[in-house]
Amino acid sequence: MDVNDFIKKIEAEFEDLEPGKLKPESNFRDMFDWSSVNALILIAMVNTEYDVIITAEDLRASKTVQELFNVILQKVK
Amino acid sequence: MALFSLHNSLIKGISACVPATEYDNMDYDWISVKERELLIKTVGVAKRRMAPVGTATSDLCLHAAEKLLKDVQWEKDEVEMLVFISQARDYHLPATGIILQDRLGLSKKCMAFDVGLGCSGYVYGLSIVGGLLNSFNLKKALLLVGDISTASISYKDKSIYTLFGDCGTATAIERSEGAPVMHFNMMSDGSGFDAIYIPHSGTRRIADKSSLEMQKFGDGIYRNMIQLFLDGVRVFNFATMEVPPNVKELLESQNMTVEDIDQFVFHQANLLMNEVIRKKLKIPKEKYPYSMNTFGNTSSASIPLTMITQLREKIMNEKLKLLLSGFGVGLSWGSVILETNKIVCSELIEV
Repeated sequence: MDVNDFIKKIEAEFEDLEPGKLKPESNFRDMFDWSSVNALILIAMVNTEYDVIITAEDLRASKTVQELFNVILQKVK
Repeated sequence: MALFSLHNSLIKGISACVPATEYDNMDYDWISVKERELLIKTVGVAKRRMAPVGTATSDLCLHAAEKLLKDVQWEKDEVEMLVFISQARDYHLPATGIILQDRLGLSKKCMAFDVGLGCSGYVYGLSIVGGLLNSFNLKKALLLVGDISTASISYKDKSIYTLFGDCGTATAIERSEGAPVMHFNMMSDGSGFDAIYIPHSGTRRIADKSSLEMQKFGDGIYRNMIQLFLDGVRVFNFATMEVPPNVKELLESQNMTVEDIDQFVFHQANLLMNEVIRKKLKIPKEKYPYSMNTFGNTSSASIPLTMITQLREKIMNEKLKLLLSGFGVGLSWGSVILETNKIVCSELIEV
């Protein structure tokens, strides 16, 4: 699993997101219409795909896609 | 570990009653049309039933019980126990179950009481009623389960306004030698009590004037302290983390797999959450019915309401192995494997 794979999974989940636009260094809140509903969609995707729970705090503490992916990596271990 | 089997307890029939008034979530003008569309798609609730102000949960359960008693052909004076499970009771006191004993015209020789549970309430109720019938050596009981959740929700709270629907249900249960055994797996975690709660709703914090002040909790989220608070992410993480292992453990305890179950009737929390749970358990879509699209999250009534609105023909005409699972407020969750053999499944009542 790598960050590009993670980005592909995000793109699959959010139809409005233009493929290729999201980068590891992107602030994921800026990339699509960020709302609590979108946060839940992201949490659900991570939960289903990686079997990992990310909390509201994890989201708050992460800015970029890479940072969030690092949180997931740590929890997978 | 509350993993146990219950013998000699037979479900004779089920019924449900919803308010006739339908609320279309596309009419929710507190948020933009785009937000409404996203909510409906993600949360999975397009329409839901809302009781008019002044209608109590007992009114819905009363209709459901009256119809069920006729359909299972029980005499009213045969009912020896009435258990009412709700978190939207008619009064803080007395218990609503007692009021229902009288309104239903049941005998004074009927024991009646309330249990305060929400989304897990139906599964808990089946275990409580079945267990008591057996240990008290009683014959017939009514389990009345439901909530009017919409009464305690703020219109200006976009985080939950579109989620809940109202419903009351009735289940007729009798002690019957040789009934198919039910297998339960029941759990609780009170550390999450404040993930879904009404802050000023009891003696911990008695409501006063200040409880009615509208407060802002976020963009588009305003409510007072006698209205429902729900921490979406916390509840989501709880349910997706706890429910799949609970169900797996129950199946394994009976040497069963997903294939051995005909239908999985799960609490209708919200589409996103229910789908994560379904995928984790690898349950095929056709074995996992939904009623939330047109009825919303109906709290403890969601399991029997889904059985009636989505599986009625099957339940009336086929022998079925079902796995029911309820989870939510408390936090509380539980699952049961049971068999039904062409039981009474009354037509949905709308009032």
